[in-house]
Amino acid sequence: MAVLARASSNDIAACLETVSPLVEPVVLRGPEQGLVMVRGRIGGGGGAFNLGEMSVTRCTVRAGAQVGHATVIGRDAALALLAARVDAALQDPGQHEALQTAVIAPLAAHQAAAKAAEAAHAAATRVEFFTLQTMRT
Amino acid sequence: MAYVAVKGGERAIDNAHAWLAATRRGDPAVTDLGIDQIREQLGRAVDRVMAEGSLYDPELAALAIKQAQGDLIEAAFLLRAYRTTLPRFAHSEPVDTAAMAIHRRISAVFKDLPGGQVLGPTYDYTHRLLDFGLESGDVPPPPAEAPVDGGPMQRVNDFLKHEGLIEADGPAHETPGDLTREPLSFPASRDVRLQALARGDEGFLLAMGYSTQRGYGGSHPFAGEIRMGTVKIEIEPAELGFAIDIGDVVLTECQMVNQFKGSRTTPPQFTRGYGLTFGHGERKAMAMALVDRAMRAEELGEDVTAPAQNVEFVVYHSDNIEGTGFVEHLQLPHYVDFQSELETIRRMRAEAGVSQ
Repeated sequence: MAVLARASSNDIAACLETVSPLVEPVVLRGPEQGLVMVRGRIGGGGGAFNLGEMSVTRCTVRAGAQVGHATVIGRDAALALLAARVDAALQDPGQHEALQTAVIAPLAAHQAAAKAAEAAHAAATRVEFFTLQTMRT
Repeated sequence: MAYVAVKGGERAIDNAHAWLAATRRGDPAVTDLGIDQIREQLGRAVDRVMAEGSLYDPELAALAIKQAQGDLIEAAFLLRAYRTTLPRFAHSEPVDTAAMAIHRRISAVFKDLPGGQVLGPTYDYTHRLLDFGLESGDVPPPPAEAPVDGGPMQRVNDFLKHEGLIEADGPAHETPGDLTREPLSFPASRDVRLQALARGDEGFLLAMGYSTQRGYGGSHPFAGEIRMGTVKIEIEPAELGFAIDIGDVVLTECQMVNQFKGSRTTPPQFTRGYGLTFGHGERKAMAMALVDRAMRAEELGEDVTAPAQNVEFVVYHSDNIEGTGFVEHLQLPHYVDFQSELETIRRMRAEAGVSQ
């Protein structure tokens, strides 16, 4: 789910072209747009507080015997629907392995590479400050 | 005297709005501004509108900025109005900023902290000279890369807490108050105050924070740590019964460290102010942390003498949407109110024997 939520619907659809088509779903709910209240912690590790809300879209489908859920950040209904369909299919033991290999693994690798590139940019801005002798006597 | 409604003037209002739309578009010979351009190239404006609009959605914030012609308070107002149309599905698990994927992390108190000082995409150390290269659309070189040494970036306050030199975070489990659901009451608890500050006006918080530095409730701050980067958002949907990761958001966090001479119950130690905001907003996070600490004066047994220490004053006036609503409503017709005031003044003058 974490991988699907971070992908684009186009990228998921492209990966799906290499596996047998997903079962036509029965949409049980959504895709519908709503909010999640994001919480932080006082001081970073203390009691919770409400930081502010964010847009999310959620969708629930039934495909065969499986029910799939998705909640994604933003307002992309196509992504929520597709993620819910893949979530349902992933619960089918007959499809799980193929989807894991054809969809989840390549998307996860792509996301990991993007994250690694950002970390490398951050690492390039790491500094060593030298403390100068104080001017006060 | 309350505001008395007027009616009529529909045609003039429609015409005014049509002219507004044309003014917003500007010279039709100039390319129309894309929402994607605002989102990608005016990121700090987008971040500020998300923080003060209290809604994380870069696309909508970019749209609001376009619609408001770059008036960021008006744009935040649009986001606030929009969020009222949507149901709230869930609240997130409290974000774990210690696990943040760091873009920037600096400390002004420890030079050699584990994980190092990471400048990130900063305006610090620039010369604030106008860059005329941007006028001609120069393409910047790709950012440099360096090997990542990995490992989590420990929070600066974790180094000091083992010796008891710095106050701890306090108890972790509680259900926070929500000022979007319950009316404010005073004394407001710290969770509600932080929610108000997180959506508060950056300019107001900056001025309040600055005032504490200049001596109005001085709290001798150090920027213990500022970090900016992405954190994952987890929610626990009712239908699943376990937490799922729904994606990343960019946050900025500030740990302000302040001198504290101790009280009857607490030995001398460093106290802390906390700032957390949507997007890349260091000025906001730092100001928020200063004001958070200032508002803890009463809790820490300090004299409450300065505006920034007055919880009611800060919390009631930090919201620029409420502020703009009350100030700008003055330009709406007040003819009936003013007529009655005029009558009153005439009568008082007559009673006082003032000649015409």
